Amino acid sequence: MFPILGKEQLSPTITKFVVHAPYIARKRQAGNFVIVRVIETGERIPLTIAEGDSDEGSITLIVQAVGKTTKLLCSKEIGDQLVDVVGPLGNPTEIAKDSVVACIGGGVGTAELYPITKALHEHNNKIYTIIGARNKDLIILESEMAECSDHLFVTTDDGSYKRKGLVTHQLKDLLDAQVEIDAVYAIGPLPMMKAVSQLTEHYGIKTYVSLNAVMVDGTGMCGGCRVSVDGQMKFACVDGPEFDGHEVDFDELMKRNRTYVDFEQEADRTYCEAHKSRVVA
Amino acid sequence: MSVLNPLKPSERMKIPRQESIEQSANDRSRNFLEVSFGLNEERARVEATRCLECKNPICTEGCPVEIDIRSFIQAILQKDYLGAVKKIREANSLPAICGRVCPQEEQCEAVCTLGKKNPAVAIGKLERFVADYEMENNLFSVPEISIRREGKVAIVGSGPSGLTCAAELAKLGYKVTIFEALHAVGGVLRYGIPEFRLPRKILDLETERIKALGVEIITNFVVGRTATIDEFFGEWGFSAVFLGTGAGSPHFMGIPGESASGVYSANEFLTRVNLMKAYQFPDYDTPIRAGKRVAVIGGGNTAMDAVRTAKRLGAEKAHLVYRRSKKEMPARVEEVHHAEQEGIEFLLMTNPVRILTDGQNWVVGMECQRMELGEPDDSGRRKPVPIPGSNFVIDIDTVIEAVGQAPNPIIQATTPGLKIGKKGVVVTDESQRTSRDGIFAGGDLSRGGATVILAMRDGKLAAAAIHEYLSRKQTNHEDDSPLYTNSYCQYIS
Ligand SMILES: Cc1cc2nc3c(=O)[nH]c(=O)nc-3n(C[C@H](O)[C@H](O)[C@H](O)COP(=O)(O)OP(=O)(O)OC[C@H]3O[C@@H](n4cnc5c(N)ncnc54)[C@H](O)[C@@H]3O)c2cc1C
Ligand SMILES: Cc1cc2nc3c(=O)[nH]c(=O)nc-3n(C[C@H](O)[C@H](O)[C@H](O)COP(=O)(O)OP(=O)(O)OC[C@H]3O[C@@H](n4cnc5c(N)ncnc54)[C@H](O)[C@@H]3O)c2cc1C
Ligand code: SF4
Ligand code: SF4
Ligand code: FES
Repeated sequence: MFPILGKEQLSPTITKFVVHAPYIARKRQAGNFVIVRVIETGERIPLTIAEGDSDEGSITLIVQAVGKTTKLLCSKEIGDQLVDVVGPLGNPTEIAKDSVVACIGGGVGTAELYPITKALHEHNNKIYTIIGARNKDLIILESEMAECSDHLFVTTDDGSYKRKGLVTHQLKDLLDAQVEIDAVYAIGPLPMMKAVSQLTEHYGIKTYVSLNAVMVDGTGMCGGCRVSVDGQMKFACVDGPEFDGHEVDFDELMKRNRTYVDFEQEADRTYCEAHKSRVVA
Repeated sequence: MSVLNPLKPSERMKIPRQESIEQSANDRSRNFLEVSFGLNEERARVEATRCLECKNPICTEGCPVEIDIRSFIQAILQKDYLGAVKKIREANSLPAICGRVCPQEEQCEAVCTLGKKNPAVAIGKLERFVADYEMENNLFSVPEISIRREGKVAIVGSGPSGLTCAAELAKLGYKVTIFEALHAVGGVLRYGIPEFRLPRKILDLETERIKALGVEIITNFVVGRTATIDEFFGEWGFSAVFLGTGAGSPHFMGIPGESASGVYSANEFLTRVNLMKAYQFPDYDTPIRAGKRVAVIGGGNTAMDAVRTAKRLGAEKAHLVYRRSKKEMPARVEEVHHAEQEGIEFLLMTNPVRILTDGQNWVVGMECQRMELGEPDDSGRRKPVPIPGSNFVIDIDTVIEAVGQAPNPIIQATTPGLKIGKKGVVVTDESQRTSRDGIFAGGDLSRGGATVILAMRDGKLAAAAIHEYLSRKQTNHEDDSPLYTNSYCQYIS
């Protein structure tokens, strides 16, 4: 069992948890994730390790409540236990050294990007960070990101905070302003990562994206997380989750990720009906 | 002729082989309860009287773990069912499981003397009968472990090879810890073989028994990621490691359309159902698209389990697509027979070439090709070759691929110096020693896909080799570096 040691609300729908997981805390690197099962009858879902503290034996997870499992998780309190947490899984991010990079986070993807940005910062890179979300409420980790970036830009789709527009607008402005960027790290919703990759391909800049395929085991055993990269079948959990954005077939993945929508909606509806009073937004 | 069984051999041979009592095909194809209830006491006793009690009981040679079959059958004749199961347990720590899933017809029963002219003694069914007797009457007693030996052993993977190796070492007095990547114990017995062939209750009970021997089990631990083998030898303080991580990485055929929604590997399909209990959605949260018209590709046990599971989940049409003939199917005969009874439609001598999808990437059909048998290939089997112009489309909404699997490379990639052979298997000698000192391996990891009983055999041999290795190490202890350090013992005791 994995007790929750800390909990903090970052936005109405995004919650930060500190969870006791001593083995994982010792081994995790930027880009790793864990598979979590909240309760005995629950499903296994992947969550990125946002931070780790090997002395305390804890890891930090930042979770956006989007469906049944994440809502259930976000309803847990300090002292509650998660039945399973396994990891660290996936390949760690290739961290560039002494170069100029852009880190682009969309929505809760910013949480996944945070450990990578921190590692890039520690390796002496010059970092342009752009974080974006639909609206002001969904912007998270702004000050944490500012701390490890040389320049920070924020965009919201509806203009409720900072620049109105998409992260790609901001990125394009930078590139057109002749900022020399060696590599781009983009994590967020698939349409965002696709748009960023299309843009950077045009400029010939190496781009890393982190693919959120639907996972079960997270160890290469089921093949459910398969994605097409450069025409080859890859398992996102063991061959990734990061891939070259210019080689990923995003359209295919977007369709694959809809495989269970009707089940997800049903699970979400029954959960929300049963827990009306406790559910966040 | 024995005093226990007054019948003459010629009379014994006239007794028909006793059959299990089974759920009707119609009932069982709609539920997940066990298909077969096994032999009842009366039938078991009749079956036991068929045994010729051979002077040279060749059946034992056919059993990979060399169970003293004649003696346990004699115990059944004496109504000493507990004695019978104890006899089996001397050689096999998972009798209720092997009695159910062993390919007996190719092993002990294939060589049985009675089987030369008549149907062989139903050894597997008798094994199951006495194991169930022990279970139902709660008669299992934990063996006394009289000595404690120096040396901690890490077992990686909780499939049949790991469980067996752990049990044997614990009985020898070693401190043993099993590390399992998933949240539940059992390997393929848990996530692959369905409930209707192997009730989970049995697996849970066997797990409890292994724990009762003092074996510690840590789940949610991916060796290679959560800690490496070299860390096990270093800071964790283990003196030997057994690798029993199986062959869990699924193959795909590599035909167009495999990325569609509605295409599963058998591993994913079975894991969702067996491990995650997707068939109980929404009581359990994991979803599954079971499909109304399903095609399972393959001819092994995995394919058979997948197609019968699809049927139970409500498929109106459940096809099994196999490129050779029924004769060549690697699946157990009994399972093929059960599948036929349950209304599975066999499309033999047929090979898929393309999965058809709609605009949203959903499966809407599969294009197949008829095959004929050509020249024998390297394995001696006649190779199927496509018949030109024979393509046809089957109308389906779900495809499940059961076309083989390979070892998961995580440990191999993170353990330097481990010799890897063809198809990614870990190479061992006949005592299950790998190329690295103190590391042993067995089961599907070293064999590719094999069977439960062969995995158990490897686990047993490895336990013996580990015992030998550690004993030798103890005697040289003086001139060796310290056997283990204690820094991480806090986590594992
Ligand atoms: C490598 C990786 C890292 C991730 N890191 C984070 C993170 O740090 N924080 C965070 O909030 N989210 C993260 N996610 C996404 C998170 O796993 C999903 O939001 C979660 O599984 C949704 O489950 P649900 O039951 O709440 O919602 P559902 O209603 O079931 O699903 C909503 C959507 O989430 C996706 N999803 C559903 N089930 C799974 C599954 N088993 N595996 C993967 N995706 C699924 C699907 O696209 C689905 O349409 C990550 C995903 C991956 C693959
Ligand atoms: C669907 C199906 C049906 C079958 N039916 C039969 C049958 O009827 N009769 C028969 O005899 N055989 C059958 N087999 C074959 C049989 O199940 C296998 O040969 C046997 O289970 C192999 O045992 P094992 O101990 O080598 O590995 P497995 O049973 O594969 O167990 C390996 C375990 O190791 C764990 N693991 C893997 N990597 C790591 C890691 N890095 N760290 C920690 N843990 C790890 C896995 O999660 C798993 O639990 C079937 C196989 C399948 C897939
Ligand atoms: S373990 Fe398998 S091979 Fe051995 S006697 Fe039992 S059924 Fe036969
Ligand atoms: S070979 Fe057959 S008949 Fe002979 S002892 Fe064994 S089970 Fe009995
Ligand atoms: S999640 Fe099962 S193989 Fe990746």
